[in-house]
Amino acid sequence: MSTPTTADQTGTGRLAELFARTRAEGRAALVGYLPAGYPDPATSRRLFAAMVEGGCDLVEVGLPFSDPVLDGPVIQAAAQTALAAGWHTRDVFDLVGSVTRAGGQAVVMTYFNPVLAYGADAFARDLAAVGGAGVITPDLIVDEADEWTAAAEAHGVAPIFLVAPSSPTERIARTTAATRGFLYAASVMGVTGGRDQVGAGAADLVARCRAVTDLPIGVGLGVRTAEQAAQIAGFADAVIVGSAFVQAAGPDGTDVEGVRRLATELARGVRAASA
Amino acid sequence: MNSAAPAGLSSPLPRHSEAIAGTAHDPDERGYFGRFGGRWLPEALVGALDEVAEAWRKARRDPSFLAELDRLARDYAGRPSPVWPADRLTAQVGGARILLKREDLNHTGSHKINNVLGQALLAQLMGKTRIIAETGAGQHGVATATAAALLGLDCTIYMGRVDTERQALNVARMRLLGAEVVSVATGSATLKDAINEAFRDWVATVDHTFYLFGTVGGPHPFPVIVRDLQRIIGLEARAQVLEQTGRLPDAVAACVGGGSNAIGIFHAFLDDPDVRLVGLEAGGDGVETGRHAATISGGSVGVLHGARSFLLQDADGQVIESHSISAGLDYPGVGPEHSHLADIRRAEYRPITDTQAMEALATLARTEGIIPAVESAHAVAGGIDLARELGPDGIVLINISGRGDKDMETAMRWFGLGEPDQHQDPPDGLPVPPAGTAEGEPAR
Ligand SMILES: Cc1ncc(COP(=O)(O)O)c(C=O)c1O
Repeated sequence: MSTPTTADQTGTGRLAELFARTRAEGRAALVGYLPAGYPDPATSRRLFAAMVEGGCDLVEVGLPFSDPVLDGPVIQAAAQTALAAGWHTRDVFDLVGSVTRAGGQAVVMTYFNPVLAYGADAFARDLAAVGGAGVITPDLIVDEADEWTAAAEAHGVAPIFLVAPSSPTERIARTTAATRGFLYAASVMGVTGGRDQVGAGAADLVARCRAVTDLPIGVGLGVRTAEQAAQIAGFADAVIVGSAFVQAAGPDGTDVEGVRRLATELARGVRAASA
Repeated sequence: MNSAAPAGLSSPLPRHSEAIAGTAHDPDERGYFGRFGGRWLPEALVGALDEVAEAWRKARRDPSFLAELDRLARDYAGRPSPVWPADRLTAQVGGARILLKREDLNHTGSHKINNVLGQALLAQLMGKTRIIAETGAGQHGVATATAAALLGLDCTIYMGRVDTERQALNVARMRLLGAEVVSVATGSATLKDAINEAFRDWVATVDHTFYLFGTVGGPHPFPVIVRDLQRIIGLEARAQVLEQTGRLPDAVAACVGGGSNAIGIFHAFLDDPDVRLVGLEAGGDGVETGRHAATISGGSVGVLHGARSFLLQDADGQVIESHSISAGLDYPGVGPEHSHLADIRRAEYRPITDTQAMEALATLARTEGIIPAVESAHAVAGGIDLARELGPDGIVLINISGRGDKDMETAMRWFGLGEPDQHQDPPDGLPVPPAGTAEGEPAR
């Protein structure tokens, strides 16, 4: 590692370093999402490894939840498969550890009730212990997040919040103030799932965020092609792709090469853009 | 003793608008009742919730809104609903005097219309052209489809596939009323999944769509809006019981799914410390079996559907599928104000099994000629227990939240009413389920 010894080795620090590097390379970071434990624990590890090897700078490990209100049918079905295969919250730490040991960077994306049930502090502690960099919480708004941000801070895990096209500037400011690592900007008003067009509102939202924060900004929801990735890379610091990876894994979730191929294509996409 | 009080009331009953003026029991500005409530849902919906909260704040004080609500409640829904002294049931039970609040007599057949008329008017006031709703038993869906027809709004209803099957009659009613009914097959394919799907719709359609939430759950401000709109039940009933008996009841019993009819009747008695408030949850096969929907009796604190409240969940915080013969109570969550009332011990919550509820349903039918909804039958069962506990000097008020027409299939299966040879009841006068009562619950 070329990291200077003074570098901040917390999750937040490692995310800062990641974005410093992609910025230095004049490109956006590629973030790939898959539900954890899909379709089964062993295959899931291979899928995450393929995302990293294919060129994802960061992987998002989605914790399967029974009631995923912000997910469309593709991710819902995959999460349900993972749950049916016997998923437990503690399994996420093995999976994240497998990514970080192989040299990848990982954040967890989770609805908040499993974190509450595990214990916010224990979750942050155990994630930090396996090298997890942060946690994206799609159904936790900044107004309810004091306990969580304190726990995350204590263990050096980045709390990553979402902003939406509907968020007024005042809420964006409050949300970014609580966010570490990077900000997640939802490209559209809607749930996860590939779309032919990524909302024109995304560029506008990113611009509104830039006015109040220096945090790197990732754009997700609906991105599925290299062209879209290139387009978003033109104005955002990270391109986040989810449902398309689930689909790339094939109907039974075992197409490891399909996932690797998509990661490679998208990695080319984020390098094709020039702002 | 004025139990023979004349039918005419000495003073007019409260109007619907009086129930929504705000109370000493409002949540804090973040929507918390004690440690329960709040907003636990995606940022994308916060703007829409703020918009609804602001519109409601204004509507509560808008004379023309309030006048229209009163007019619809009276001339369209048929308010006030009566309180009926159930003397034959009282005699059969042999305990406290039982009075029934007849929300089953409202237009569309349940208390749900109270909430729906208010929120549909609010949607119209906000300039929304489409309303969406979740439904379990179908009563909230029917009420919403009805209001949409009345006000000329587009309407989509989300309903779990298990429920579209066991409440087919209500699906037909909604469609006849012009609503689109979406059968939700994901997850456990019941009410909780219908709510997930409605939120997914709303996050993409907030600019023109109003989510007409059906119970006192969900993110702030829904628990307070729905509560306000159901408070009329208790305001009327309190006056009616005073009028008919000269005093307050000793106990008030209501079934609790999400908790809207219960909070509606409880609220007027919150500041009457001698009145016991008893919520009856769906005990399914029995809380000890794990197959139930008794959220407060058998759950723990978590967040679901936008609120921090009691919840049926496993050790990992995954929501557990609930089980109840009653589609309207088959929900693993409960409104935050109930969790708070349980927390501060102002209200008690007890489970009633499927079997107890169905027995009570038949008992009420045969003593009073009133067939309650299966949901309400849980309240009847709990109310009968309370009447026995209180003894002959007591008074129990039971909320009959809805009528049983929608449940005839369930009743036919449970009691074997469709069998050609079914002509005689067992000696105690109560029909009993045929062998293998599991039949009472549709296969999933
Ligand atoms: C007749 C009736 N009672 C009760 C309920 C349960 O809802 P809540 O607990 O909100 O009153 C329903 C729900 O569908 C219902 O139809």
